[in-house]
Amino acid sequence: MGKRKLHGYNWVATFILVAGSALMVFPFVWMVLSSFKTAADVYTYPPRWIPSTWKFSNYVKVFEMIPFLRYYFNSIYTSVMQTAIQIVLSITAAYALTRLDYPGKSYLIGLIRSTMFVPLVVTLIPLYLLVSGVGLIDTYAGIILPQVFSAFTIFLLMAFFSTVPKDLSDSAKLDGCGYYRIMMYVIIPNSLSAISTATLFSFLGHWKSYTWPLIITNKASYRTLPIGLKYLVQESSSEYQVMMAASVMAILPVLIVFSLSEKQLVRSITLTGLKS
Amino acid sequence: MIDRIHRVMIRGKVYEKDQLRVGFVLLLPTMIALLLLFVIPAVQVITYSFTNFSLTSGQKAFNGLANYRYIFTDTKFVKALGNTFTFALLKLVFDTTIALALALMLDSRIPFKRLLRSVYFAPVVVPVVASSLIWIWFFDPGIGPFNQILMSFGLPKLQWLYHEDTALISIILFSIWKGMGYNMVLFLAGLQNIPDSYVEAAKVDGATSLQVLLRIKLPLLRPIISFVIMIGIINSFKVFAEINVMTPKGGPLYSTALMVVYIYEQAFSNGKMGRACAASLLLFIIILLLTTLQHKMGTKKTIELD
Repeated sequence: MGKRKLHGYNWVATFILVAGSALMVFPFVWMVLSSFKTAADVYTYPPRWIPSTWKFSNYVKVFEMIPFLRYYFNSIYTSVMQTAIQIVLSITAAYALTRLDYPGKSYLIGLIRSTMFVPLVVTLIPLYLLVSGVGLIDTYAGIILPQVFSAFTIFLLMAFFSTVPKDLSDSAKLDGCGYYRIMMYVIIPNSLSAISTATLFSFLGHWKSYTWPLIITNKASYRTLPIGLKYLVQESSSEYQVMMAASVMAILPVLIVFSLSEKQLVRSITLTGLKS
Repeated sequence: MIDRIHRVMIRGKVYEKDQLRVGFVLLLPTMIALLLLFVIPAVQVITYSFTNFSLTSGQKAFNGLANYRYIFTDTKFVKALGNTFTFALLKLVFDTTIALALALMLDSRIPFKRLLRSVYFAPVVVPVVASSLIWIWFFDPGIGPFNQILMSFGLPKLQWLYHEDTALISIILFSIWKGMGYNMVLFLAGLQNIPDSYVEAAKVDGATSLQVLLRIKLPLLRPIISFVIMIGIINSFKVFAEINVMTPKGGPLYSTALMVVYIYEQAFSNGKMGRACAASLLLFIIILLLTTLQHKMGTKKTIELD
C-alpha cells in the first residue's frame, strides 16, 4: 500500500482529492449560505455568495407555508418506531439463525437473503392494497409496520452474533441459563456496538424513506418530512431561499448523527460488503 | 451428572427440544413479517398481473396476457424501459470508476485522509429529497449556479431538468454526487485488506505502480467490484424519490421516467393495478437476469485467474 514509502505525501492524489471534495461540499455550503439570503440576493447576477444581510425570515416562512413541525414529529415518531421494531425483530431472528439448531434453517436464511433482490417497488402494489384493505391508509401503523423487516439488518447482526465465542454461551448453559437468557445476558451484551450500529443504520434509512410514506398518506397531517418537502417544492414556486432553509433543517440532524458515528457506519457498510 | 436435555430426531438428524421451541418462538415474528410483507405480495404481483384489476372500475377478472400486450405496445413503457437502462448503465459506469479512482487515491499517502473520506461519504447519508431541493436550484435555467458558471465562461446556457435531452443526464449527475461515496468506502476497505507484503514483494521484483494496480490490486478487489455492481444494478432499478421530486410526472417528454415512475403512474394516477403489477414483475425479472448474469461473469473470471 505504499505506506512505508520514505518520500512524502502523494501530492497529485492530494490535489485531485481536495479539489473534488470542494465539489462535494459545495451543495451543502450553498444551501446553508442561501438559507439566509433575501429574494433579491437570489436573483442577482453575478451570483452573490454571501448574503447581503443575514435573514432568519426564510426559516420562519417554512413554518408558515407548511406544517413543518408536524412533519418533523411524524418523521421522528415513525422512524423511531420502525427502528425499534426492526431491531427487536432482527436481534431475535439473528440469534435464532446463528445460535440455535432446527430443521429448515438454511431455507429460511435463503428466503431472507432473496428479499434483498426484491426492491420494495416490486411488491409495492399488493402491499398497498393489503394495507388499504385493512384500513391503515393515513395512519402511523400503516406507515410503520410494512417497513419493519430488513434482511440487511438481520445479516449485519448475524455477522456479529456468530463471532461471540461459543464458550461463553456454553458456560452460561452449564450455569443453568436457558436459550432466552443466553440471548439476553450473553449475546446482546457482547454485541452492543453492533446493535447500536444497526440501530443507527436503520434509523437513517427510515428517516429518508420516501416511496412508501408517499403512497400511504393522503392527509397532510400524516406526511413525513421528505413528503412534506416534496409538497414545499410544489407550493413555494422557486422561492429557493425558503427551500434551502427547509433543507438545512432536514439535513442538519442527519449530519450531526453522521459526524458522531461515521466510524461505525463505515465499518458496518464494509463488513456487509466484504462478507457477501 | 444426568443428561436433562431432551432430544428429538427429525429426518435422521438429532435436535434439542429446547432449541426447537425457542427458535420457533423467536423466529415467529420474522416469519409472519416475511409472509405478509414479502411472500404473499410476491405471489399477488404475479396473479394480479394476469387480471384487469382496476381501482377506478373495481374490476378484477382474469385477462390472460392482455396487460403484458398493453405495456409492450405502450410507447410510455418502452421509453421508461430505455430510460432505465440508460440510467443504470451510465450511473454504474461513472459511479464505479470514479469511486474506484477515489479509493485508490485515498489509499495512498495523503494528508487529511479521514476528513476527505468523510466529505466524499457525507452525501450518502443525507436524505434524498432534501439534497434534491438544492440541486433543483443548481439546475434552474434562469438563476441556477450551473448556468451562471457556463455564462461566465461565455458558454451557452442549458435547460438541464427542463429539456428532454439533458433532463436524465442532470439526474444522473445528481445521483453520482449522491451515491459514489458508498462504493468508495467499500473499495477503500477492500484495498486496505490487501496485505502490504504482496505490494512490497511486487515492488522488489521491479513492478511499476501500474502493474501493481492491474496485476495485484484490481484482481484482489474483484469480489468487491462484483458486489458493488450487483448492488448498483438493484439500486438503479428502484430509483424514484429524486426523479419524483426533481421532475414530477416523468419530466419533459417523459425523458426522466424510469420503470418505477411508470409503475407508480399506472397504479396511483390511473388506478390500473393489473398493468402496474405486470410492469413490476418485468422489473423484477430484469433485475434477476442482470444480477445472475453479472454473478456468472464474475465467478467465471475469478476461476480463469487461478
